[in-house]
Amino acid sequence: MAKTVLEKIWDDHVLAVRGEDEYLLYVDRHLTHEVTSPIAFEGLRTAGRRVRRPDLTFALMDHNVPTSDRALPVRDEHSREQMRALAKNAREFSITLFDYFSPWQGIVHVVGPELGLTVPGITLVCGDSHTSTHGALGALAFGIGTSEGEHVFATQTIWMRRPRQMEVRLEGDFKSHTTAKDAILYVIRDLGTGGMIGHAAEFRGEAVKRMSVEERMTICNMAIEGGARTAIVEPDEKVYSYLDGAPYAPTGDDWEDAKKYWETLKTDNGAKFDKSYRLDVSKLEPQITWGTNPAMCIGVSETVPEPRMFEDPAKRKMIERALEYMGLKPGQKIEGTPIDAVFIGSCTNARLSDLVMVARLVKGRKVAPGVRAMIVPGSMLVKRRAERMGLHRIFLEAGFEWRNSGCSMCIAMNEDRLGPGERGVLTSNRNFENRAGPGSRVHLASPLTAAASALEGKIADPRKYSLASIDELELEWVSPWIERNILKPMGGG
Amino acid sequence: MPEPVRRIVGKAAPLEMDDVDTDQIIPAQFLKVLSRKGLGKYLFYRWRFDEDGKPKEGFVLDRKEFRDAVILVAGRNFGIGSSRENAVWALMDFGIRCVIASSFGDIFYGNSVKNGLLCIRLDEETVKRLRSEAAKGGLTLDIDVEAETIKLPSGETINFKLEPNVKRRLLEGLDEIEATLREYGDKIRAYEAKMARFKMPRQTTVPLE
Ligand code: SF4
Repeated sequence: MAKTVLEKIWDDHVLAVRGEDEYLLYVDRHLTHEVTSPIAFEGLRTAGRRVRRPDLTFALMDHNVPTSDRALPVRDEHSREQMRALAKNAREFSITLFDYFSPWQGIVHVVGPELGLTVPGITLVCGDSHTSTHGALGALAFGIGTSEGEHVFATQTIWMRRPRQMEVRLEGDFKSHTTAKDAILYVIRDLGTGGMIGHAAEFRGEAVKRMSVEERMTICNMAIEGGARTAIVEPDEKVYSYLDGAPYAPTGDDWEDAKKYWETLKTDNGAKFDKSYRLDVSKLEPQITWGTNPAMCIGVSETVPEPRMFEDPAKRKMIERALEYMGLKPGQKIEGTPIDAVFIGSCTNARLSDLVMVARLVKGRKVAPGVRAMIVPGSMLVKRRAERMGLHRIFLEAGFEWRNSGCSMCIAMNEDRLGPGERGVLTSNRNFENRAGPGSRVHLASPLTAAASALEGKIADPRKYSLASIDELELEWVSPWIERNILKPMGGG
Repeated sequence: MPEPVRRIVGKAAPLEMDDVDTDQIIPAQFLKVLSRKGLGKYLFYRWRFDEDGKPKEGFVLDRKEFRDAVILVAGRNFGIGSSRENAVWALMDFGIRCVIASSFGDIFYGNSVKNGLLCIRLDEETVKRLRSEAAKGGLTLDIDVEAETIKLPSGETINFKLEPNVKRRLLEGLDEIEATLREYGDKIRAYEAKMARFKMPRQTTVPLE
């Protein structure tokens, strides 16, 4: 029978079925961080249980950590306590920990793939909703809650309902200055925040094939905002290339065995989806959110909605409320709206390729006076790679802050936040009320749109700015890995 | 380990809003905790308190007639967004035992079941009707999990549907870890014995910078 890639991985991991629709899946990889884990560890302790497979479990610190100088003490007492608790738990339960000071520390969804902890064909879980990101490498990845995390710690399995499957086809060529982020923002805008509820999204089509692995991570990351249970892309040569040389990826004979298995992970012709959606990305312009959920989104040249144009009173009220919260006038142009801050970061858009994109736009240009523009690399490895290349000099010359890695303004659990009423263009994935701090006004956009907005001090259309070529960046050092995965991913991108 | 949930009788409060995300249910700053107790005071924090932590007037659950509500009648897509189980703990600590909505965020729904918070899906029309009934104040519902019914004071009965395993878990309140290990321990061991070497993460190199 023709199967999708998700079905193949799913079937390989089912240990038992209970009732009509509950499957016990083996978990090959469990990633955990300081915020959602302490209560799960506490549960283990109370019940006198161990972590069944510490060798398949990895912990790191990302949500809480300051992105300032690591030599300084962590000022926030609660953050410090959670970080301490994770360190203690990792030691007690023999789990590998990438802590605050580790050179491999970073956001869990950036670190997993870059260290090769994420590989195709595995089941992976993490106590974080954006775990779908790992699907970009062909893993079956689920965000889970704390109780589920405790169950995985103790049993290395998870009870799951089988998600329905939705095919999300992206076809066509991106126009210049339009990115994977714009595509996924448009998909959510089109389908709504509940458009993919109960479904796993498989991203397919020419445009997805042409994307680099990191671009695929951006779309898989945000599928969650459309309600998807997870997202996946069938793995290909680009994924193997991305993993080749990663510290935890298989090597030698294991690598050959792995590749043989990975090559079977394709969606068969004739495999069935419960739902289909298709988007021609060539018609897209850069997208930006205007409201308080990711579906409240428009093209950067468009105007924000006017509540009176909507018949449904509930909808009208929701738009009114969002406009008021965001401090926008019905029907106004979004471009040109003054901003206070720009944040280039998060598990959506803070990988090396995102930083290269920003460098190409800001090289030789300056951030507008009065705008706080910060770049928070997705991991310390991303940061060091960027520094080897000399990208940080371009950012610092332009007037950006160049910080250490963490979730930062995406969730504002550390000091990086917008003040009440402050407006920022962020490359992250959520613009909910108060997300970047109480009263914060968040516009989600691509790294290019964010960078252009930083230059103007207003929401800006990135298409006004020429992009420097890679040569013009005058990079200081480019490793073979960077060359083949970031600068020239096979088959364009 | 959650207590069994068999019957919930109590007052319903209306929350007239779609797409209530878990960031609204409990803001990220209150995730920095090491215990699941005491989170009720942070429930819907930004809607209930101003920037200095002073109570704002008028949020539905703070109004006199709804302070003892145990049932929340919401809208569409309740509990979307982050995976934070704190959202469920905060609702429960506040005293909420049941949320009625036309749809729920997936992870939120799963977390609720694990903690014994009953989530009932009803069609949009019925949810709307219950909400406007509740808005009048003093709507007491009698929910029977076994029978999958909601009884209204008028005598009307609304049926709902739970997946069989969800229902069983609520009724039994069982320790899932214990049950999994007891019933499926052999299967887990058998899978592990066959697990391919290439699936095991072992560090062999350092990253190429
Ligand atoms: S960067 Fe933001 S979305 Fe990503 S894991 Fe951190 S808090 Fe969550």
